[in-house]
Amino acid sequence: MPSYYDLAKDLAGAGNEVTLFLVQNGVIPARAGAKAPGLSALAEAGVEVLADEFSLRERAISANRLASGIRAAPLDVVVDQLADGRKAMWH
Amino acid sequence: MKVLQIVESAYRGTLEEQDDTIIWLTQAMKGAGGDLDVLLRGNAVSYALKDQDASGLSFGDWKQTEPPRIDEQVNGLLGKGVKVYYVDEDASERGIDKSDLVKGVQAIPRGQVAELLGAYDHAWHW
Amino acid sequence: MAGKKTLTFAIMDPPYESGRSTTAFRLIDIAVKRGYDVNVFAYEGAVCLPFAKQQAHPNAVHGREAEEENHPLPKDWVAALIKSAATNGGKLDWVNCGLCVDERGVAEAIEGVRRGTPADLWKLAEGSDNTLVIGTR
Repeated sequence: MPSYYDLAKDLAGAGNEVTLFLVQNGVIPARAGAKAPGLSALAEAGVEVLADEFSLRERAISANRLASGIRAAPLDVVVDQLADGRKAMWH
Repeated sequence: MKVLQIVESAYRGTLEEQDDTIIWLTQAMKGAGGDLDVLLRGNAVSYALKDQDASGLSFGDWKQTEPPRIDEQVNGLLGKGVKVYYVDEDASERGIDKSDLVKGVQAIPRGQVAELLGAYDHAWHW
Repeated sequence: MAGKKTLTFAIMDPPYESGRSTTAFRLIDIAVKRGYDVNVFAYEGAVCLPFAKQQAHPNAVHGREAEEENHPLPKDWVAALIKSAATNGGKLDWVNCGLCVDERGVAEAIEGVRRGTPADLWKLAEGSDNTLVIGTR
């Protein structure tokens, strides 16, 4: 499990509003049936887990075939959150 | 000389290149008379998926008119007699069903990759 | 302009090597379409993105001549984004790290790109609502 999953979980556990935005190959574990229980666990821990619509389509992952707790979203969400002053880290 | 092209790195610069550069390189060398097959592993197993759609990229008034069509490239390889294998477990771990893949690609269990290598003079791992 | 935002992006990847460059361009595209002021600090290989001598080519494997192929050139993406920013009431300030440019011999950048130093990144970030670093891997 990538180390930033833990970071996201720790931040959410400390009461922060946390979004994990999956983009490029980061969306591959978002497909329903993928062996990536960490992602759904993050959602259960209060992290908003979003997957870039374009990256999903590029990899033939249907937006209605995502693992539990993960939603497809446009990349605009990242710009929204940057504009809102959210701390953003690229992994 | 017979070469197995092992492709692991996936979607790296494909939008700029309009293809995967190793799949492209394989097609070009095949066209030049090379004897090559392909093994997709890791995230590159996604290259065997049908319905990859990278259309619609635009920046300002620049629009991409010819996006990468990697599934078509894989079909093109198959059509030229190139065998395209993928690591079965790498696909299943990513939630990929066999029915999602283009026709003609061949699953190979992870435990049989070593045996597969024996059929080639070289294995080029990209 | 009320609500106008300024965002800075620090990027490092060279052209044709990574999906990160394209994602960075997509983010910048969204921001400039909103009329935001956007700064880009191009570091290391990213200074090659606006290199003026990039050339399109035909592609025999794709079976297309150069015009039909319409091969993406990142310098055209940079130019399109600079234009889009101006059209939408904002500005795209693209700063190439000068030493990185010299190392790579890519001083001939398209119009609208300027040469800078790490001090520019600091100043741009200080004057921005937010900064996103997209480091190479």
